[in-house]
Amino acid sequence: MKPDTTPIDSMLLGTAARKRWMSVLARAGATRLEQALTALGTSPQFEHIRPPEVGMVLVRGRAGGGGERFNLGEMTMTRCSVALFGGVVGHGYVAGRDKVHAELAAIFDALLQCPEHNPGLMDRVIDPLEREQQARWREQHDKTAATRVNFFTMVRGED
Amino acid sequence: MQGCEKREKREERVTATIAPGLKNPAQDNQRIFRAILLTMSRPGTVTVLGNWPKPPASLHPAATAVCLALADMDTPLWLGPAAPRDAQTYLRFHCGSPLVTREEDAVFAIIPDGHALPDLARFNPGTLEYPDRSATVIIQVRSIEVGCGVRLSGPGIRDEVRLAVDGLHTDFWQAMQWNSHRFPLGFDTILATETEIVSLPRTVRVGI
Repeated sequence: MKPDTTPIDSMLLGTAARKRWMSVLARAGATRLEQALTALGTSPQFEHIRPPEVGMVLVRGRAGGGGERFNLGEMTMTRCSVALFGGVVGHGYVAGRDKVHAELAAIFDALLQCPEHNPGLMDRVIDPLEREQQARWREQHDKTAATRVNFFTMVRGED
Repeated sequence: MQGCEKREKREERVTATIAPGLKNPAQDNQRIFRAILLTMSRPGTVTVLGNWPKPPASLHPAATAVCLALADMDTPLWLGPAAPRDAQTYLRFHCGSPLVTREEDAVFAIIPDGHALPDLARFNPGTLEYPDRSATVIIQVRSIEVGCGVRLSGPGIRDEVRLAVDGLHTDFWQAMQWNSHRFPLGFDTILATETEIVSLPRTVRVGI
């Protein structure tokens, strides 16, 4: 895959960049996003294209990452789509049943697509949140890794 | 030069905003479903539905409401080859239905103009084992008047009901006559003006 070479690419057309901020927004939680929105000062004017709604998605996986696809189970998720009055459409997909979270994620997704808001929001909202999430993940990972047990079988004397 | 191209791309995306769907999906869907049920069980009854969605200009709010309430990802939708892009985007986003180009594949169809009918015989009439697996055709018309015009009779109609439809090709009534003769097979029809719907299931017998 070709990486986003220039900032303008990642801002306007980069799917990878959008993927990244949508993932950060989905993991962030409603309270953090609300704080970030109040910190912006202005509250953006928007309209619901699809009001927040709760539903189920089927999570599928492959054993070992390469086996046959199997259904892992269903999980609850909430989605929402908004349009800013400039016409930009943002989508929010989050795990769980928090409608406010889905709506905020959609609003931020729309704002992040506007070139006038993107650099500021990336610096002040997305990057700090991502660092926080990575730190939390690392901490959890390290804690889990410390309790790791290796299983092995010794050759038993059968004869 | 490159920057210019980018600006164009961006503009295209910005203007391609999707119009909002139903404001209150749970209640609105039930209300619309109830209205469709009523018109289907009493063919020839004209029902007005309030609280419309605001679809793109080429779609009637009433026809769109029917689609939003009934169509989903399991029901392929036929829109005709001439359907504008914004209408396609709107229905694909809000219903989640795949859009098909062959009439035979459609479970629901919206015919944007009653004067430009496709070959209605090509829509899926179901099978003898499962006649319910047939297509429902939604035709957009200009106005519907009760009390004059074509005579309708059959189950759900006491004696007969008369219906005059403006903005519908007369071939339609011939197709309806032929459609009711192959019962239990056949497609069901919903005529939709901007604000009203009237249903003509395959049991309706048409006297021209």
